[in-house]
Amino acid sequence: MAPHKTSPDDDGDDSMQDVDAMQVDSVDADQKTAIKDELEHMFDDDLDDESMVDASNTYKAGSGKASTTVISDILSASPSDPEVMLQFYSRLFPWRQLFRWLNHSELPSTDFANREFAFTLHNEAYLRYQCYPTFETLRRDVLKLNPSRFEIGPVYSARPRDRKQLPKGSFKPIEKELVFDIDLTDYDEIRTCCSKTKICIKCWQFVTMAIKVVDIALRDDFGFQHIMWVYSGRRGAHAWVCDKKARKLDDGKRRAIAAYFEVVKGGSQSGKKVNLDRPLHPHIRRSYDILKDDFKINILENQDPFQTERQAERLLQLLPDRQLNEALREKWDSTIERPSSDKWKDIDALASSGASKTIIPKVLLEHKQDIILEYTYPRLDAEVSKHLNHLLKSPFVVHPGTGKVCVPIDISKLEEFNPDDVPTVMQLLKEIDQWANIAKKEEDGDNSTPKVSDIDKTSLKPYHDLFSRFVQKLLNAEKSTFAEKAGATEKSVKIKTEGVDF
Amino acid sequence: MLGRDAIRQQRRDERKTRHGNKLDLSSTPKDTLPYPHRLNFYTVPPKDEVSLEEFEQWAIDRLRVLGEIETCLFRNSTPQETDATLRKLLDKYLPLNSNLSIPESERSNPRRFQGLTNERKRDHYSHFILRLAFARTEDLRRRFTMTEGILFKHRFMTDNTVERAEFMDSLDLNSEAVSDAEKGQLAEELKAVLVSGSKMPAEKARQLFEQEQYLKVEWDRVSDLVESRKVFLRRGYAYVPNSMLLSLVMAEFSKRLDESLIKTARYLPRLDEDDRLIPILNHLSKGFTAPEYTTTTTSLTGEAITAAQIDTLSAHFPLCMKNLHSAVRRDKHLRHFGRLQYGLFLKALGLSIDEALLFWRTAFSKFTDEQFNKEYRYNIRHSYGLQGAGRNYKPLSCQQILMDHPPGSGDNHGCPYRHFSFENLTVAMGRLLGVEERGVVMGVKMDVEAKKYHLACNRVFEHLHEKELKKKEGGARETITHPNEYFDRSWGLKNPKKEVKDEDVAME
Repeated sequence: MAPHKTSPDDDGDDSMQDVDAMQVDSVDADQKTAIKDELEHMFDDDLDDESMVDASNTYKAGSGKASTTVISDILSASPSDPEVMLQFYSRLFPWRQLFRWLNHSELPSTDFANREFAFTLHNEAYLRYQCYPTFETLRRDVLKLNPSRFEIGPVYSARPRDRKQLPKGSFKPIEKELVFDIDLTDYDEIRTCCSKTKICIKCWQFVTMAIKVVDIALRDDFGFQHIMWVYSGRRGAHAWVCDKKARKLDDGKRRAIAAYFEVVKGGSQSGKKVNLDRPLHPHIRRSYDILKDDFKINILENQDPFQTERQAERLLQLLPDRQLNEALREKWDSTIERPSSDKWKDIDALASSGASKTIIPKVLLEHKQDIILEYTYPRLDAEVSKHLNHLLKSPFVVHPGTGKVCVPIDISKLEEFNPDDVPTVMQLLKEIDQWANIAKKEEDGDNSTPKVSDIDKTSLKPYHDLFSRFVQKLLNAEKSTFAEKAGATEKSVKIKTEGVDF
Repeated sequence: MLGRDAIRQQRRDERKTRHGNKLDLSSTPKDTLPYPHRLNFYTVPPKDEVSLEEFEQWAIDRLRVLGEIETCLFRNSTPQETDATLRKLLDKYLPLNSNLSIPESERSNPRRFQGLTNERKRDHYSHFILRLAFARTEDLRRRFTMTEGILFKHRFMTDNTVERAEFMDSLDLNSEAVSDAEKGQLAEELKAVLVSGSKMPAEKARQLFEQEQYLKVEWDRVSDLVESRKVFLRRGYAYVPNSMLLSLVMAEFSKRLDESLIKTARYLPRLDEDDRLIPILNHLSKGFTAPEYTTTTTSLTGEAITAAQIDTLSAHFPLCMKNLHSAVRRDKHLRHFGRLQYGLFLKALGLSIDEALLFWRTAFSKFTDEQFNKEYRYNIRHSYGLQGAGRNYKPLSCQQILMDHPPGSGDNHGCPYRHFSFENLTVAMGRLLGVEERGVVMGVKMDVEAKKYHLACNRVFEHLHEKELKKKEGGARETITHPNEYFDRSWGLKNPKKEVKDEDVAME
């Protein structure tokens, strides 16, 4: 009904131009070699990460550009510089793991081949409906097109490239990971430290809190297990829920999950945005228990959101009792810029001192809980989660604005994650360069030392290992469900005999 | 053609297995009757012949009912109002009586069921006839499933408990009962969900919970209950209290109907040879038109409007559009759904694509040309059907604005009567429409509290056009259900029967 936006952000640094039909000549021309290549690699079991990531050396013949550049020459360039990107894609991007992740098995299947990739090129053209039989062909095309970033869409019922040759209605999306998008712009009205695209460790805590709450609910409530959190490169994070059941959800069910997480409601004119029924739903109760301590530190102390008179007035608007508000206003008038923590304590102090005759303690408590949730509960961009065919930026892509790599976040060390520590593409290339220098000095002509892959030379390694472990777990689970299938067929046959149509 | 015979044979076989031996008189009537239950899940298509007259009449009768349901939806009627409307209509056009309408002593006599069987047959056949009429497009299918779902729900709710339980048993719902031990373990969580929002005293809540029995199903089978957090979830399973089984049944009903309609659509081309049925079916599907807003784009002035006129024309805008207009002037920007809601409204006023691009370009003055072309041009052209899918999008109705895409932080779209807090609504009415009279504001408050958002909007409209409406006394005051309708009527009242040209608009 509505023209759906396909890029993750509404008005941020995203763009969409209609080049959907635009065919880059080189892509088609390359098709033949691609197929040949694919056949070769299909039987190439020995191909491992080491030889993959280091393929920049063997790639010399194919693309002159990529190899002849000396890293130190481009280190002064901007992260979105095409030359830098090319180096990154050819030397550091984990192609093989990406393939295993999306393919759900080692043997090339339609899970990967019918998957849509969409490229944003350096001239801002947006190229949709690309697809590849193997990671080698994908990698080849990325090196050829050298996009500033690329996104991952759904698996379709047929190859996305063939969509125009297919009868109407037979080309449709059939599965995609359930995804979530947390973006700090949705917190602009309550974060005081930064605004717009700026971010610091204080406001990153909004993201940390959101991840905690969503992650545990996805596991304990919905029973999902394969959840990968990825830093979005600037001011947010994405979740990829990869369980088979999650991938198969239709839009209606995705909408249900998105709504389950919708607690902060309303636009710029809505007043109080959290209005929950009591007793709280167990999910909200658990979230509240997680968030209430964070509220004290992350919000009251670090954000200090009620400091100015105008901000304090906003707090009063959220409280239920007029007499209490009068008393608070009076107190705060005489102590201008009293820190938020103290103001928050004042509420209970004045309430119990009998400043208001009309106050009902239970109502006040509930309103205080609502306020805590309004300032801490996840604010998800629900549209991203609701649609099976929504595209989302691939993990390990470089954010063109910051140069930071979209690395997976280790959920067991969530509190330690700091976006400032995330390596930029320039830093990584420098690390490769430095490694080479050190190695040269140490080796001094000795060729016997084993070859080290480029990723292992850099601070991207821990993130890459994290991703590999995640993928391996997913693949193990896929294998066991495959085995279960044999037992399940009997049941499905029974169902099918029902309902012949009129 | 080979396939067709095979299908016929398959149906014959199936009928045999399902209806079995009708001659076996030794069993109770319930087993031998073609329709033992009042309710029908419509899994088995009808087999017997009907006359063309019956075919058409039965379908038309059912269509009346479905059409009325859609009108209720559109008016945002409460469930109680819808039920009252339906009860009357169903008695007249589609009666469906309970087995209990037959005295108990005579229930063993199959002949006494003849009347009920006829009712149920009509219900059964008319449902399948309309499937044929409404399977052809996605839009018709969606509306058919929705209205049939509401009809089924109404009947399910009015069914007596014994018969309902029997009917439930006949469906295989693939759920597992929650043991008392498990129920005890999860008592705190289950109880919290059960009594949430009811404000009932603790003792009553405890009793209610004790009486309740639970079923465990995979969460996605009751996704509507998950959506509204009405069930407790644990490790992928939803704990559904017996009192909420309806939701489970409804989800199953819609799911099966959706699937069958898609299959029916696939078989439709084979019907093309039948020149007796096709005209009837076409006619039927045309009779099921939603009360949608339709207008020729240049109905007002006879000429297309321009970007420069929008500020003056906004005097006739409903509050939602007024709000978007003032937001775009204030922020020099609108977010996605705001652009969509406002852009399509303006498009239906008669704003051409060129004028629309001009309007948005000048309105988004904080952006450079390059940014604008990159971020927004495509979107605007898309809404005119010039980009991407090439669809000609219709302006959003009140129903869509109320139900779809509730605004989030930073959003300005939606219906102010629904999505604003009352304080902000009062301010907005005063600032944007100049409505400050206490009587009107209190009336709006009452409407909003009763969730009659369209009534609130109509109340404001009537207040703003009091003088003009008085002059035009006699004409029925129809409820406005579309922002563009609001505009058209406001314009019409303020500019009575006068050929207006562009200059006049500009001079206003």
